[in-house]
Amino acid sequence: MTTAKELVLGAVAYDAKVVPIWEGFRTYFQANGLPFDFVLYSNYERQVEAHLRGEVDVAWNSPLAWIETVRAAHGRRVEAIAMRDTDCDLTSVVLVRADGPVREAADLRGKRIGVGAADSPQATLIPLVALAEAGIEGTVVRHDVLLGKHGDHVGGERDAVKALLAGTVDAACVIDGNHLAFTREGLLGANTVRVVLQTAPYDHCNFTTIDGGPPAIARFRELLLAMSYDDPRVRPLLDMEGLKIWRPGRTSGYALLERAVDRYGTLAPWLARQP
Amino acid sequence: MIELGDLGLDEGAHLLIKRAFTASSTITVRGASPTIAIDLPAWCRAQGHRVERLDPLEGDRTAGPVFRIDRGPDRWHGAERAGTVATPVERAPARWGLAARGALVEAGAPELDLPLSERREVWADEAARLYAQAAAAQWDPATAVPWDAPIDHPAEVEDAVVQVMTYLIENETAALLVPARFLGRLHPQFREVMQLLAIQAADEARHIEVFTRRARLRRDVLGLSTAGGQASLASLFDEPEFAIASFLLAVLGEGSFLSLLWFLRDHAPDLCTREVARLAAQDEARHVAFGLAHLQRHVAEEPALRDRLAGAIERRHAALAHTSGLNAEVFDALILLAAGSWDPAALRRGHAAVVELQRDMDAGRRQRLARLGFAPEAAASLAALHTRNFM
Repeated sequence: MTTAKELVLGAVAYDAKVVPIWEGFRTYFQANGLPFDFVLYSNYERQVEAHLRGEVDVAWNSPLAWIETVRAAHGRRVEAIAMRDTDCDLTSVVLVRADGPVREAADLRGKRIGVGAADSPQATLIPLVALAEAGIEGTVVRHDVLLGKHGDHVGGERDAVKALLAGTVDAACVIDGNHLAFTREGLLGANTVRVVLQTAPYDHCNFTTIDGGPPAIARFRELLLAMSYDDPRVRPLLDMEGLKIWRPGRTSGYALLERAVDRYGTLAPWLARQP
Repeated sequence: MIELGDLGLDEGAHLLIKRAFTASSTITVRGASPTIAIDLPAWCRAQGHRVERLDPLEGDRTAGPVFRIDRGPDRWHGAERAGTVATPVERAPARWGLAARGALVEAGAPELDLPLSERREVWADEAARLYAQAAAAQWDPATAVPWDAPIDHPAEVEDAVVQVMTYLIENETAALLVPARFLGRLHPQFREVMQLLAIQAADEARHIEVFTRRARLRRDVLGLSTAGGQASLASLFDEPEFAIASFLLAVLGEGSFLSLLWFLRDHAPDLCTREVARLAAQDEARHVAFGLAHLQRHVAEEPALRDRLAGAIERRHAALAHTSGLNAEVFDALILLAAGSWDPAALRRGHAAVVELQRDMDAGRRQRLARLGFAPEAAASLAALHTRNFM
């Protein structure tokens, strides 16, 4: 049985593994005396709307969902209380074929630029704005895998790289670590692609609260920051969620995405529907 | 400075970095692969290493960018060795799970329910030698048995052979399944015992095959299976303690079976039956040797075990007292099989041979009980209480 006093977290079910991750965290929090439960949403917009209505106390947000929350909160206090070490200082890269005619980023003007899902910060919005700010715009070819999940699912990036290899696009935009990941999984051979642009660093997910959340938020954050990779009981949870240590939240790494959202009007239709 | 040259992180350069971390928790790395500046920071971030790009020295730019890397958290913190590869520990913890004996085990592996985890319960120094012997002595049923040897004895003698084979198959099935159930509960720290129990199960599987094949050489139906015989074997399944099950099955049961197989080797009416019995007896002798070896060791460490073993024989005897023991069909089949014909003089010889077989079995049981430290009188009375079903 659940009780009314539990701290409730919202998360997006971008993959089946999300269930064991939050079940594991629930066990950890409850074992440490924090009544905790979670609600899974099929997309970030539903999660942000529920958060704004007060149906969850804290949301595990993509960077785009963070901006959605800030913009729809109409001045309420929105805070990023914690994030993964792996959420800090990411970059995205623009890949071209090593044996192709594109030698530098400027050669992509007017060319077909393969990106991930329309709402992916790392594979679409951030690399496109970085190219645009360098004066480079072309025909955007989207690979919409699981819209609403803000690119959390790697499928869109993988499809963009497949299109690059197939020659149906002239460039593919991916997060930096996926260059290596796609090589490991055999999609890319070593030295088959070149990097013509690397974006400035930006930050990714965070735990978001509105108006400070309930008092138990302090304990939630304290327990997160206390998780040690040296502890074999919590290490599997950290491995599943892809981090070594939780860091205090910061909001300095979202400027690039803010500019992209403004430039492309990404959030306008959604914001227009908000109360 | 670790020089990666033009080897990329997408070509295995991470091995050089991990190797460098074994000597120092802070390293500097230089690489010239085209995507090193993308891949190295991304790889470090995923690994939890802190990375900082240092400006390359003037004139050194062709060698590529230089990074300082501080090693992040290590998943091997708190890891422990699962004993030493040479010898097992006295008590193997569940947290070592399936790790090879002597492996370095990461903390936090799932604990497996492997209750046979004490060396005293299962170990014999002879296990490795017996396993090696068993592995070397495996035989191929297709080529080791003269399946085409002539069978020219009377039809009813063949029926007796089929009845004896039916009985052997049933008993070998118990001899396969009872140790196999313990095998599934044995901690892999006792690797040699695990291997030996596994190859014993394979031995029994082969015996079941050759006895079945022999029975079917001239017949399409098998013989009889009695309630009493099955009750005797079922009592082995109910025994939860490895030492006691092993005592009842290997030392007393398979020990008696050894006499039976030798009897068939010497008295069966056809070469094929004599050979399957001879080959099976070779394997069974190893099973008995292991049972005796680990029980001798166990009794030496825990003398009170001897009383529990005696109690187990008495309990089993009491539990089976209402059954008929060895069925008359098997007993009579052995006489006819040994006689080889209906000639009265032959039947007399057959009967005498079966009486001698029972005497052999009893002497063997007494001898093995004596090796476990039972005094002659106790050994004699306990041997006499052994199930009349032989196994």
